[in-house]
Amino acid sequence: MTAAELQPARAQVLDDIIAAQRRRRRWFRGQFALVWVVIVGSIGVFLWNAGRGISWDFILQSGPFIVNGAGITILVSVVSIVLAIGLALLGAIGRLSANAIFNSLASLYVSLVRGTPLLVQIYFVYFGLPFAGIILDAIPAGILALGFNYGAYMTEIFRAGIQAVPRSQLEAAQALGMPERLAFRRIVLPQAVRIVIPAIGNDFVAMIKDSALVSTIAIQELLWRAQRIGRSEHQVLASLAIAAAVYWILTIIFSYFQERLERRMARGDR
Amino acid sequence: MTAYPEGQAPPHIGDVIVRAQGIEKYFGENHVLCGVDLDVHRREAVMIIGRSGSGKTTLLRCLNFLTEPTVGSVEIDGVRVEAEPLRARSRAHQEQIRQIRLRASMLFQEFGLFPHMTVLQNCIEAPTRVRGISTDVAVELAHKYLDKVGLLEKKDEYPSRLSGGQKQRVAIARALCMEPKVLLFDEPTSALDPELIGEVLKVMEELAHEGTTMIVVTHEMHFAREAADRVVFMDGGVICEQGPPEAILDSPREDATKRFLRRFLHG
Repeated sequence: MTAAELQPARAQVLDDIIAAQRRRRRWFRGQFALVWVVIVGSIGVFLWNAGRGISWDFILQSGPFIVNGAGITILVSVVSIVLAIGLALLGAIGRLSANAIFNSLASLYVSLVRGTPLLVQIYFVYFGLPFAGIILDAIPAGILALGFNYGAYMTEIFRAGIQAVPRSQLEAAQALGMPERLAFRRIVLPQAVRIVIPAIGNDFVAMIKDSALVSTIAIQELLWRAQRIGRSEHQVLASLAIAAAVYWILTIIFSYFQERLERRMARGDR
Repeated sequence: MTAYPEGQAPPHIGDVIVRAQGIEKYFGENHVLCGVDLDVHRREAVMIIGRSGSGKTTLLRCLNFLTEPTVGSVEIDGVRVEAEPLRARSRAHQEQIRQIRLRASMLFQEFGLFPHMTVLQNCIEAPTRVRGISTDVAVELAHKYLDKVGLLEKKDEYPSRLSGGQKQRVAIARALCMEPKVLLFDEPTSALDPELIGEVLKVMEELAHEGTTMIVVTHEMHFAREAADRVVFMDGGVICEQGPPEAILDSPREDATKRFLRRFLHG
């Protein structure tokens, strides 16, 4: 058999392989989606039939009131995470600092904040600070408490991220005559940020849901609204389910953007 | 011990530009450098050889204070810095060290390119932020030196897309963009696949022949023979023997040198 005669047969085999791979991928996606639909559908049916049930009337009447809280939830979460990132950066530099006072302050911050419940911290900021003459509105108080809390956890993330950048990078920068601070800012930090982005994203998803705790100081976010209308309309389960669905959708939307950001940041990775 | 026998210094070399005196280094109890004096002249290519653990890399790192010597002084192009292990982090000392580093650029085994910057950004980062030259001028310089190492067409790539040999050549271009007086090479080909070593050595050889002052720690004996004005053999933290490449590599006087070369050249 000559090469020319072999060619069509081989092309056929390659086509078959590609087609089979495509079938397998489609089959995988189908099964994947099916599992989600079945389970989420079952939960929906369960809620629909549970207790007094969820009615379309209730969803249409009260839904908008609850969903409107999403704005506050997003506002609180975003501002808090920005505050947390700032604190975490300072905290991480402190934890790595050769300056004893700075280092000790950062360590105390992490230890104290990670060692006490977030709910207590929220109460402390809102009800406690006024005794020190600092009176904050509910929203700034909630943001301050959330930001401080997450800043402590993220301090450890940033510290690990900075330490994960090889020491040789700092040396290479210094060998080019860059002072240590400039080398840190321009060379080490950008690489550390790339390393910690997935962890920050993870924390932000957690933050979206932990922001529900500020409902306890009467910030009118998702959960507060759900509880309020649920109680007055005697539809607690239904309104909580609506709030839960909104939280879930928010995290799905955010996860999508996070994935894109990570892919963009992966440019230039080793 | 003089660098060259009386009247045998290569004619192209100039006055002394690097002078290391009495360099000693302890890592804990471990006496790694036991008093090294080294003079390097303008336009001279000095290759430091020796088995691992002989202190040659530590000596090179002491020259630009990436490793702070325990005792000794380094003078490069008129800037003299005394080892101050107790005040190593003081601002004045760090500034002096920076002045040394601006005159002596170092190249590393692992290249040290910044992975989050393109090749061009790698080359202009330090010139613009440290030397304070404008971006336009820095880009022009970068083009010139990237062209010199044959990688101008890669200027917009990220380092992850380059081969090891290309990375080291970019690192050389980046170092040249600082327009240093001396280049320090720390085993620049040790991390490379064998087939990529040649392209880096070729660039280095060109630089040597153009009269770039360089100090190279290397295991490439063939390269040392071709490109070196002087070969320095280190053993046990001191300079054991030094001289023109033929003298050291072909007819060494010291037993330690003979043993090293025998083991090195014949497995």
